[in-house]
Amino acid sequence: MTSAVDEARLQAQFEATVAHKDRIEPRDWMPEAYRKTVVRQVAQHAHSEIIGMQPEGDWIGRAPSLRRKAILLAKVQDEAGHGLYLYSATETLGVSRDELTERLITGAQKYSSIFNYPTLSYADVGTIGWLVDGAAICNQVPLCRTSYGPYGRAMIRICKEESFHQRQGYELLMTMMRGTDEQRAMVQESVDRFWWPSLMMFGPPDDASPNTAQSMAWGIKTHTNDELRQRFVDMTVPQAVALWVTLPDPELRWNEERGAHDFGQPDWDEFWSVVKGDGPCNAQRIAHRKKAWDDGAWVREAAMAFADKQSSQSEEATA
Amino acid sequence: MPDVHTHEEDPHDSAYAGLLVNDAHHWAFGTDFEDPLAGVDTTVPDGVDPAVLAAYCLMLGDDALVLSQRISEWCSRAPDLEEDIALANIALDLLGQARLLLARAAAADPAAVPALPEGSPVPDEDRLAFFRDDTAFRNVRLAEVPNGDFAETITRLLLFSTWRLALFERLAGSRDAVVAAVAAKGAKELAYHRDFAARWFVTLAQGTDESRRRALDALGALWPLWPELFETHGVERAAAEAGVGVDPASVAAEVDVVLEQVLAASAVERPEARPLAGAHGWKGRDGVHTEALGGMLAEMQSVARAHPRGQW
Repeated sequence: MTSAVDEARLQAQFEATVAHKDRIEPRDWMPEAYRKTVVRQVAQHAHSEIIGMQPEGDWIGRAPSLRRKAILLAKVQDEAGHGLYLYSATETLGVSRDELTERLITGAQKYSSIFNYPTLSYADVGTIGWLVDGAAICNQVPLCRTSYGPYGRAMIRICKEESFHQRQGYELLMTMMRGTDEQRAMVQESVDRFWWPSLMMFGPPDDASPNTAQSMAWGIKTHTNDELRQRFVDMTVPQAVALWVTLPDPELRWNEERGAHDFGQPDWDEFWSVVKGDGPCNAQRIAHRKKAWDDGAWVREAAMAFADKQSSQSEEATA
Repeated sequence: MPDVHTHEEDPHDSAYAGLLVNDAHHWAFGTDFEDPLAGVDTTVPDGVDPAVLAAYCLMLGDDALVLSQRISEWCSRAPDLEEDIALANIALDLLGQARLLLARAAAADPAAVPALPEGSPVPDEDRLAFFRDDTAFRNVRLAEVPNGDFAETITRLLLFSTWRLALFERLAGSRDAVVAAVAAKGAKELAYHRDFAARWFVTLAQGTDESRRRALDALGALWPLWPELFETHGVERAAAEAGVGVDPASVAAEVDVVLEQVLAASAVERPEARPLAGAHGWKGRDGVHTEALGGMLAEMQSVARAHPRGQW
């Protein structure tokens, strides 16, 4: 048992570590609320990687060239890998992958709402790389400096791979724009569908984001939602110009005074309804994940049973 | 659209810096389509009929392409993340083998490549993959049947990779330098595939009652497709005689020894099952397939065929 005095001293040490922008490591003391917040955020991120395999994975079978098939398969495989490192980071906080998978498929934990939108053409594979992975990078690059050590280190590796994915997505769109009129129309249609949901990926406006202040004080988050959204728009506009696509926002213009782009607001009612489960693909995504998990149960059981038999045999052999 | 303006560079923006710069070495898979055989001498060896070499490469390439397509259906559906990643790796290896072999077929015999509208930018490997009908595919039928459950996928991979590894080990000595190089690289990949499949087969056979039942069912269901792998097609015979290919009948005994080890470790007997008949004796190598292949190709080829002048 730690006394109230000890607890106050530990709390002070924790706050000093965060204030110095040093890392909190798994064996360090941390406030229970901090542990819960980190678990929630990292689990949500891990779930997003795993659910995010579905919308693009659906196009692996139809990829229109063998090179694109290889790129897409490797990308979706990377997402599984990201999920794996992130679940490992939550394991350092005492929560297992199985437990988190249960929370995902029962709807107790969320994942990024962007994956509740459908992929309807091969151009979507490129647009997801360019805009969705681009927005994810804006969110994630600051997380490389996040206060929880295992999360920050996982993010460094993830960000490097995400930036490959973004380039590959953009390169697909560039190539399609050099193709036929039908292909150019596919790209524009796809950008029109994904632009607003991409802006929603940064979360609600700062005045409607209740967890942001505490997460920033703890060094879990390092920028507000609106700051990151602005950065994303400013980065994306020149890329859209180079691609010869239009971003579907009549209010989008450069503001000389602010040195930044002004832009319109996404439909926040739609955002909240998708978050609450009423997006076009929420039920489908969870059903897919649940089916894979349930269908695989006998395989995981077999692996455990086999490992048990092996270890009891080797114990007998050494006895 | 507004004019182009950007923020001053924050060092943490560096992950997306360079998006508009064409620095090819920063891009996995390159920035554009590159001939996978670029810089390789594709001269057909003396005394070899280019049409035979091309047909033989299509057989080996189609085996890999079709099985890769099937295995990639597991993506996001595997029993756990580790298996999802491993199966994707295997599908990627087979896809890489297929690309090189299809490109080799096209280089050896341009007449094997389907014609597309004048000016179509579709490269040869994609014309072969996406613009041939099922009757032009020369893969063995074992590669094309549906995945079934995890036990059936593992069992198929065990059978396929054990057979193909034996072929590739010999093909590393092919008189065709391209086939030899593809086989030497592919043999390392196939050794991993075989190891992965064999470990899982033993695990399932010796795991729980349910997993053992499923492993036995899988082996029983696939066994009728096994003899086809060792039947010698005329193209294989001609390629073997020319020193560029391997007669699959010649690896049967060696493959059997390897498979026997896995079955023994699993305490599994060989099933009693007769070989799956072909239609009038024609089988996969003749372009006569199961019903499953047509459906699979309809999906695989749909986007490419909708855009015969498209660039991807």
